[in-house]
Amino acid sequence: MEFDLSLLLNGIVSGLLLGGLYAAAASGLAVSFGMLDIVNIAHPALMVTGAFTVVVLGTWLGLDPLVVAVLQAPLFYVFGIGIYNAYHHFFEKRGDEALQGLAFFFGVMFIIEVGLVMAFGPEQRFLDPSYAYTTWRIGDIDLPLRMLVPGLFAMACIGGLFLYLHRSFTGLAIAAVAQDAEALRLMAIDPVRIKRLAFGISIALASMAGGALVVVQPVEPSSGQVFIGRVFAICIMGGMASLPGCIMAALLFGVVENVTATFFGPSWSPAVAFGWLLLVLAFRPQGLFGKAA
Amino acid sequence: MNANLRFWLGAAALGLALVAGLRLLGNDYGYFAGYFVLQYVVLAGAWNILGGYAGYVNFGAAGFMAAGAYSAIVVRQWLGWDLIPGIFAAAVVAGLLGLGTGYLTLRLKGVYFSIATLCLAVVLQTLVVNWDYVGGSRGAYIIHARDIPPFNSYSEMLFIVMLALAIITTGIGRAVEMSRLGRGLQAIRDNERAAEAVGVPTLRLKLVATTLCGALMGVAGAPLPYYSGYLNPEAAFSLAYAVNAIAMPLIGGAGTWAGPVIGAVLLASLQQAATVTISSALNLWIVGWMLVIFVAVAPRGILGWFRKRT
Amino acid sequence: MQNISRRDFGRLALASAVAGAGVSAGVFPALAQSANPIRIGFSMSLSGGLAGNGRAALAAQQIWASDVNAKGGLLGRPVQLVFYDDQTSGGQVPAIYTKLLDVDKVDLVTSPYATAMIAPAMPVVMQRQMCFVTILGAGVNTTFKYDRHFNMNVVGDNMKETFAKGFLDIAGTLEPKPRSIAILAVDNDFAQRAAESARFLARQRGMRVVYDRSYPPSTVDFTPTMRAVQAARPDLIYIASYPPDSNGILRAASELRISAQMFGGGMVGPQLAAFQAQLGPILNNLVNWDIFSVEPTMNFPGVAEFLTKYREVAAKEQTDVLGNYIPPYAYAQMQVVEQAVKRVGKIDQAALAADMHSQVFDTIIGPVTFSSTGEWAHERNLLVQFQGITDGDLERYKRPGAKVILYPPNLKSGTPRAPYGTPA
Repeated sequence: MEFDLSLLLNGIVSGLLLGGLYAAAASGLAVSFGMLDIVNIAHPALMVTGAFTVVVLGTWLGLDPLVVAVLQAPLFYVFGIGIYNAYHHFFEKRGDEALQGLAFFFGVMFIIEVGLVMAFGPEQRFLDPSYAYTTWRIGDIDLPLRMLVPGLFAMACIGGLFLYLHRSFTGLAIAAVAQDAEALRLMAIDPVRIKRLAFGISIALASMAGGALVVVQPVEPSSGQVFIGRVFAICIMGGMASLPGCIMAALLFGVVENVTATFFGPSWSPAVAFGWLLLVLAFRPQGLFGKAA
Repeated sequence: MNANLRFWLGAAALGLALVAGLRLLGNDYGYFAGYFVLQYVVLAGAWNILGGYAGYVNFGAAGFMAAGAYSAIVVRQWLGWDLIPGIFAAAVVAGLLGLGTGYLTLRLKGVYFSIATLCLAVVLQTLVVNWDYVGGSRGAYIIHARDIPPFNSYSEMLFIVMLALAIITTGIGRAVEMSRLGRGLQAIRDNERAAEAVGVPTLRLKLVATTLCGALMGVAGAPLPYYSGYLNPEAAFSLAYAVNAIAMPLIGGAGTWAGPVIGAVLLASLQQAATVTISSALNLWIVGWMLVIFVAVAPRGILGWFRKRT
Repeated sequence: MQNISRRDFGRLALASAVAGAGVSAGVFPALAQSANPIRIGFSMSLSGGLAGNGRAALAAQQIWASDVNAKGGLLGRPVQLVFYDDQTSGGQVPAIYTKLLDVDKVDLVTSPYATAMIAPAMPVVMQRQMCFVTILGAGVNTTFKYDRHFNMNVVGDNMKETFAKGFLDIAGTLEPKPRSIAILAVDNDFAQRAAESARFLARQRGMRVVYDRSYPPSTVDFTPTMRAVQAARPDLIYIASYPPDSNGILRAASELRISAQMFGGGMVGPQLAAFQAQLGPILNNLVNWDIFSVEPTMNFPGVAEFLTKYREVAAKEQTDVLGNYIPPYAYAQMQVVEQAVKRVGKIDQAALAADMHSQVFDTIIGPVTFSSTGEWAHERNLLVQFQGITDGDLERYKRPGAKVILYPPNLKSGTPRAPYGTPA
């Protein structure tokens, strides 16, 4: 295929939009995995749970998926707190989080996925917002609202989270937990309470990501699987605890995937994206955007 | 020495008793179900060498297993070699892959290593899907003889091969545990920097462990195309292998040679039994709950639970 | 057996079929046990990736069982389905079939849904010399060459030379004559065979293949791929995809305002109710491979009745609410078994296979004959076009006219409309 500027530009733009969805999916993980060191491999499965509840509630109430995602977020926050309490009680307190904690979330992922099949059946579910089939065009560049709106929504959520983490006292405490839990204890703040809160937030973000996912594509119980590798890759490349790094990595990942798909065919895009991650891990394990340890 | 001899004799006796028992039962289902369970004994035992002793969690078990399975397919198509040479080829290929992963990921601690293995599985799957010689996404067919004397049936032969592999893997796991290698790996698990400081050759030990782990996982996969007669990338890279390879040693008791055996026999038998009794999504659900409850209540696995009691 | 009157027996069989429906194997009233049922064993994907079609097939087969039992069973014996969930995992299949054959000792076996699940069952079934009627396989027997294998699929023996023939034949009738084609296929067995056929036939007819690539099933965003297709400016776009990708491809095509003289090919997905409900007018003028449509030309005896029954249970069983794709074929698969057993008069695998090779089967999807390899002797790949779709309302798919048949000529129920999409 000969080189074509419009193809390249559109490849980049569509990659950025896809990156927006990836950022939505990865941001919750940047909190739980990046800041709290909790390897929540069930995060994409929770995102799909959020997507299913969005479809059910949204169909029932006749609301936009993203609105439902925000409305149901407090429920997911509470759910996240429940998961964290179990995790803390059984693993963190005993110092078993590395191996057993990982297995715990593996199990939770399985339970969620199969539970969704049992509750909703294996068929696809969907809920289209009013703008689902509209595309904006700027010159040669297409901006389908199906991708643009969830991307902007993700940026707004992450932006809000960023402000919260940097402006509020609790937010600063969460950032501090990531650095040194003992220091917090000296300041008479209970690190467990802070971590519980932060984990709740990360699951609430999974609900938001679920809403974004519903706008982009129909969902089925196993939809989360293709995201597992991608979101962890993004977190690591983003330098773990850094939200701006996470966004940058997500956008970059989307661009690499889509530009590869445009010019070399989609067969190779996962290999290129993940091969790239392997190289990052081997040569710059602190991530592309992380500070050297 | 004496204990070693006792282990091998005991394992051989148990193996013979199993074969004799299944012959008496007289139907092939026993062999197929037995194969299903034993492949997990090999896979879990292999995972345990790196995950249990050294504390490095390999998420890519399915990738290594598929590497083994496809090595067996390649030597069959290329050289016309059968199952047993295929197993050796699988050991070599997957072992080299393990060594490569070891090198590539030397600098990665803890969860980074896990994610890297996950990526490796994705990259391998993409390669296989795009490699037409082994069938690509269409999958590969293996047609084998219906009968293979002196065995009663082909499935009996496959079962006996897998049984031997399971015994060998468990033996290797036990030998590792008793040796300096095992003690070194345990030191790495407890505190890698401290181990390095006191002169444990952590680099070399980790390379040995990743190689051994990879090779044994490959071996677990080599008979798979012969077992199912058809293999496509989706089946070979199935998430179930990755999940079970981690869940089984943890449930049985990671970091002990008997733990993976107990976990694999228990969990795989349960899965096989549930497949032909409950036979719905509920079956997988139970496995998930088992895993969660076990790691929560018995963090050192079944073995650890009993040791604590006595 | 003779001391039970026919009428009593019918009631008994009905009762047992009702008791057996929806409940998995092994649970069977002791009452029916004494009636010595004919047991038909199979594995089916009730969870995992193929569960959507697997559950739909099972629902149809259960309707068949209760229909047969209501009429007094087979050879005077009630019919019982013994099935296990293979979790869409090929590794489970060999063990399930040995269990069915060696432990449950079923009288007959049929297949799970689609190639990836059928192939692992073949060695086990062949070893025990069982007659094996499969559903929607593609080319499984070209490797195994088993003379007791029969496949219920419209594709026939020579997929390469026939599968995309209808698509290109229709294209040949368009003005101006299409000269170029783009091919995009997912990385799996069926889609790759479909793409191979399109590639082969297009070259044969002197068309230029301007884009020819595969994509992996894990693809999330199809925008860049479809844009590359668009940039190649093909007259025809041939896609061989699976759900949920088909959805992403069609939506990307609509967002990019892709237009071509013909668009479609071998997409799996647009046959299903969930797709039709979501995509609505995007499907207009899509020319796609299919196996069934409720057009007058396909109104074979019994199919309307069957669909009514199926749609009653579909919601409860959480399967495709329309049942216009797999279910009639799953029912017909069992009808083949039924008619062969009736003709042979006993359960004799060799005789059943001989019967299936030589006879014509009258099923709810029309008359079926098998070739020497067990594929349909005459392929019947349909090409349908969605016409006049205004929204996602599914009622229209219960009546003729929404999905008209363009090919083959003997089933044709409408004329092609071109182009797909609005040309720029």
